[in-house]
Amino acid sequence: MLRRPMAAVALVAALALGAAACGGTTKDSAKDSGGGAATSGKKADPNAPLKKNLKLAFLPKQVNNPYETLVDNAGISGAREFSGQAKEVGPSDASASSQISYLNTLIQQQQDAILIAANDPNAVCGPLKQAMSRKIAVVTYDSDAAKECRDVFINQASSEQIGRSEIQVMSELVGGKGKIAILSATANATNQNTWIKFMKDELKKPAYAGLKLVKVAYGDDDDQKSFQQTQGLLRAYPDLKGIIAPTTVGIAAAARYISGSQYKGKVEVSGLGTPNQMRKFVKDGTVHKFELWDPQDLGYLAAYAAASLASGQITGAQGEKFKAGKLGERAIGVDGEVILGPPTVFDKDNIDNYHF
Amino acid sequence: MAPEAPVKTDPPPVAAPRRLARLVRWDVIVTALLIVVFTGGALGTPDFATTDNLSFALDDLCEIALIALPMTLLVVAAEVDLSVASVLGMSSALLGALWDAGWAIETIVPLLIVVGAVAGLVNGLLVTRLGLPSLAVTIGTLTLYRGLAYVVLGTKAVAQFPQNYADLATKTVPGTPIPYPFALFIVLAVITAVVLHATGAGRAIFATGAQEEAAFFAGIRVKRIKLLLFVVSGVVSAFAGVIYTLRYGSARADNGLGMELSVIAAVLLGGVDFDGGRGTLGGVVAGVLLIGLLRNLLMLRDVATEIQSIVTGLLLIVSVLTPRIVAAVRETRRHPRGTVSASS
Repeated sequence: MLRRPMAAVALVAALALGAAACGGTTKDSAKDSGGGAATSGKKADPNAPLKKNLKLAFLPKQVNNPYETLVDNAGISGAREFSGQAKEVGPSDASASSQISYLNTLIQQQQDAILIAANDPNAVCGPLKQAMSRKIAVVTYDSDAAKECRDVFINQASSEQIGRSEIQVMSELVGGKGKIAILSATANATNQNTWIKFMKDELKKPAYAGLKLVKVAYGDDDDQKSFQQTQGLLRAYPDLKGIIAPTTVGIAAAARYISGSQYKGKVEVSGLGTPNQMRKFVKDGTVHKFELWDPQDLGYLAAYAAASLASGQITGAQGEKFKAGKLGERAIGVDGEVILGPPTVFDKDNIDNYHF
Repeated sequence: MAPEAPVKTDPPPVAAPRRLARLVRWDVIVTALLIVVFTGGALGTPDFATTDNLSFALDDLCEIALIALPMTLLVVAAEVDLSVASVLGMSSALLGALWDAGWAIETIVPLLIVVGAVAGLVNGLLVTRLGLPSLAVTIGTLTLYRGLAYVVLGTKAVAQFPQNYADLATKTVPGTPIPYPFALFIVLAVITAVVLHATGAGRAIFATGAQEEAAFFAGIRVKRIKLLLFVVSGVVSAFAGVIYTLRYGSARADNGLGMELSVIAAVLLGGVDFDGGRGTLGGVVAGVLLIGLLRNLLMLRDVATEIQSIVTGLLLIVSVLTPRIVAAVRETRRHPRGTVSASS
């Protein structure tokens, strides 16, 4: 046993520095190992029929998340249309590594297709590649994995479409002029930041010269914090005309604050929200318009894409087409992405047609 | 069957025979459970006992298993290190940041070992020099080290680690279903078992945990032992961070979040007394394997996550409770009649 722990630490440090003096594998020297397109070996047969009894597994970011449940259940019932058997499994926390053991399980169970909303684009990569090497079709939805690790990504809506349409809707609501603010999720949220980037770009157009973005606030996707941030925004800018909240938590909190305050009817709230969450604010006149893609269509489209892959109709290459039941024919775009479509705008006339 | 068991050398001389007996029995129970789970799985679930699945299950377990080794020593010495998962995260974040900055991996890893040693040293010095309880100290450093991890890497993730090192973290030793990191665990487990159960150092650790003051007056350098154990814990956790990062191919500040609880759960399930002074490494190894294989089996059978948590939670409570209930029953039987009951 070592007598002097301090000396031991010093010794380890000295050894480490000695080892450090030698060169080794760096980022630049390791770059040559290319991922290689996993789809290259396969050939698509556009006329192949959808196979029966395909086993599909949805692996959401975490189970018991209402949004993911909605997507997955729509996919599971969509799979029944082609006599597929679909299920949802997943971890209870959305950490980077928690999906890995589920992926292994699904590989062992020899599913025909794995549909995953990746918590970390790279952490899931190894097992997904393993799945693809065993002829399991891999579809990502909601949140993509690195593109060499999946066949197809179902994108809910292009980020550009979402960002730009947020500004279009808000401009319409406030009559094209006045101060506006954004209430986002966390300062580092990838989705929100991409949308905000496109919102800012859209604002540069002459048509929106009257709109002034005064602040981007962060409610961290926490109801109470988003509520307080809304309060803060209005205290700082009493003449604010509109708040865009591109997060379902933020928009509900902002609407709740406005509906109970003196600003009701003076400040417009829009952004991304779910109809169930926003129904009462639309009915009481606080919110006039908000947007979201239809999560049920997302799951449905993902199920059809997975079945088409597993049946050999498509391989995930750009330009291939497949039939997605009631959604009609869809084409695969750049990088194996299939875009669900433009976001749906909800208002008091159509909100009662949607229940999610 | 128990009380007449011969006094071995490892536990402290306080009421040794009875404690030893109880302890051996819990080891046996965990090992038996492990065998039941394994055979049940192999017979009832076709995908379970395949080479692929088992080697994955072992790989999935390796960081917890590795950190459980120094944790066992610490808990036996009546201390605990809750900062292990944060040291793992800090190591992962540093690995990502330095790799991204163009450093060689052969330089980064030794450096991380040093960082781990320093992290452990800080814990150890606070506990031994200032006499603070390790539970409080390491709750503090749990937050501190995780915070540093975020300072280093923020919320971004670094990927694209070299394939040859990633392979080391995931591939199996040729000809066996054992992944390299788990092979490392086996080697370290043997070393730890020998140190704990067959050397003077091990006896000193047991004595420290059972009765610190008595151990001190018996000439054991209690503080030095504890300090060293904290350093070892930091080093192993930092190295586990390297394995974790390479295995998932993603360096993030939130890697291993909450893993300290899985480690401590495995150690307690293995029959180590949280009050110190009692436990065997064999029990801990069985505990680690039991938790890992049970989880794998439940997943293969499509058991919902909530039920999985409930099963492991109950198992843990039973493992902590059973020895105490047995002891209490024995105590009440012993006192009114003055005899030692041999029933279980």
